[in-house]
Amino acid sequence: MSQHILDAAALNQDEALIPKSGWFEQSETLQKLRKNKKFPTIWCPGCGIGVVMGALIRAIDHLGLKNDDVALVAGIGCTARMPVYMDFNTLHTTHGRALAFATGLKIARPDMKVIAIMGDGDALAIGGNHFIHAARRNLGITALVVNNSIYGMTGGQYSPTTPLGKRATTAPYGNVEPPFPVCDLAIAAGATYVARSTVYHALELDKFLAEAIAKDGFSLVEAVSYCHTTYGRLNKLGTAADMMRALKDNSISRTAFDAMSPEQKADNTKIVRGKFVDIDRPQYTAIYANLITRVQGGEK
Amino acid sequence: MAVKLMQGNEAIAKGAVAAGCRFYAGYPITPSTEVAEVLSRELPKVGGKFIQMEDEIASMAAIIGARVGGLKSMTATSGPGFSLMQENIGYAAMTEVPCVIVNVQRLGPSTGQPTAASQGDVMQARWGTHGDHPIIVLSPISVRHSFDLTIKAFDFSEKYRTPVILLTDEIIGHMREPVELPDFKTVKIFEHSVTEKPADYKAYRNGPGDVPPMAAFGTGYRYHITGLFHDEVGFPTQRLDEIDPWLERVNTKLTNHMDEIALYEEDYEDGAKVALLSYGCSARTARHAMKLARAQGQKVDLLSLFTIWPFPEKQVEALGDKVDRIVVPEMNRGQLALEVERIVGRKKVRRVGLANGEMVTPQMVLEKMGG
Repeated sequence: MSQHILDAAALNQDEALIPKSGWFEQSETLQKLRKNKKFPTIWCPGCGIGVVMGALIRAIDHLGLKNDDVALVAGIGCTARMPVYMDFNTLHTTHGRALAFATGLKIARPDMKVIAIMGDGDALAIGGNHFIHAARRNLGITALVVNNSIYGMTGGQYSPTTPLGKRATTAPYGNVEPPFPVCDLAIAAGATYVARSTVYHALELDKFLAEAIAKDGFSLVEAVSYCHTTYGRLNKLGTAADMMRALKDNSISRTAFDAMSPEQKADNTKIVRGKFVDIDRPQYTAIYANLITRVQGGEK
Repeated sequence: MAVKLMQGNEAIAKGAVAAGCRFYAGYPITPSTEVAEVLSRELPKVGGKFIQMEDEIASMAAIIGARVGGLKSMTATSGPGFSLMQENIGYAAMTEVPCVIVNVQRLGPSTGQPTAASQGDVMQARWGTHGDHPIIVLSPISVRHSFDLTIKAFDFSEKYRTPVILLTDEIIGHMREPVELPDFKTVKIFEHSVTEKPADYKAYRNGPGDVPPMAAFGTGYRYHITGLFHDEVGFPTQRLDEIDPWLERVNTKLTNHMDEIALYEEDYEDGAKVALLSYGCSARTARHAMKLARAQGQKVDLLSLFTIWPFPEKQVEALGDKVDRIVVPEMNRGQLALEVERIVGRKKVRRVGLANGEMVTPQMVLEKMGG
């Protein structure tokens, strides 16, 4: 066993890291964190993913869901490590396949709230096919995509949401590929709830996530985040705080966007935050339950 | 039930329903598609669910997800699709989620010959996914046997918490034979029961016993499942003191139970010095060759393997001790023959391999048996 691992093990058991004031027991929201999980998280100090985890917990808490009735399914990547810290039914799967695993789980247990947690590479590159088909089927799953425009865990390679011209370790001269608009993709594929906010606007994320999870249909929340460790460093965007501030300065609400003239809209480079779709159409598991009833009733 | 003319693939679908399979996810591919077609019709009748996924990767993921949610599950495919499933088959082995994968083998590599038979996936079925891992592979020799081994596949998969591959082939899958199936109510397979309280439950406990009971999601047992190396409660770990006992347990949990897992049929004669060893469609060729040889007065043994992985070493070793020569017909260039050679030595083994879509003929086997 390496010295590094020994140190990590010692750190995990360091009682000094756990506050003794009773805050944990007193907070209903924090009760949804796993008490027996080894903290700290794997995320770099200053990472935005923790903000999204907080928003997710608050949204679930707000809806009054029982921990047993919630399943979190994730693929691979920094974002995909989120479920392990939370006290739900948690399934950490293979790269890109969170929605495919979630499909089986949701069909087996239509009564459960199934939330697929993915990064941009996980959801839209290797998992892009599953993303559009889960939306097309209108399976009652919430897809939470934390979009930090980069492959963080592998060290900063360009992803399907890296802006044109930005640098990555595999785009040393600037990215030559245009990015996917995540929300537009979900809308085109048939999602019944689509919203976007940023990790600066944490309370807005709470609200969108609560609405998405409550939705009986395929819902998508895009949480725009940042990776100061890789993307920020390669593109000289400053510290985590600088990048957080940039999300505030470089985003506008959908209301403000809608008030723009067509010319202004065409020139807009800011992130538009808001709810883009909230419609109802028959949900897959309900349609299938009906099919079973018909078949068992003797329909040929 | 009455005697019916039935295809092997149809018998697999019926076997799945009889075994309690209530979820199927798959993607159309020749020559396996009949399994999906029959289950899309049959599963809703028993309250089960069928879904046609966007590809084989998703199909494999979905059946694991469904079993985590408590439904026994299966997929069926052929060569190209089987290749796509490999990563998630490894995930099922790592996370010890029971599931059944049917591979109706066709001629490869690549697109190969979709309607031609093959036994070319023997090694892939064992080692297709990366890393050391346990796996059970069963290979049926007839239509009724396809039904029976499908039920065995579910039973083993549950009991040992492992993916089980039903490695059949285009010949057995598309062949029609008259069969009489048993009343499905008489079919019993292993069921998990978790007795611990949720707070005490360890999904990956290393003993007592080598297979901990599996709790489904949403039943009050909240726990973590990951494809990373994990500790007894499922959390990722890099500590060797947590990894090593797990590695030892999962990599011996099948080989420790070969008395139950090794399925085979011996047809031996006193004094025989030559034996035929085969599996799947080629076991039928071997049986025919044996009959022809015996009709000519030649003594010959026949070992038909129904479990091919883990390899039934004990039975093959005993046969190697008994005879001077083992002829291994198979529809590939000598894959299972490698294992036979490993156990009994190269000098005793004669391969009869064809990898062009044509069946090995009894005459080819007889030629290899002589002098």
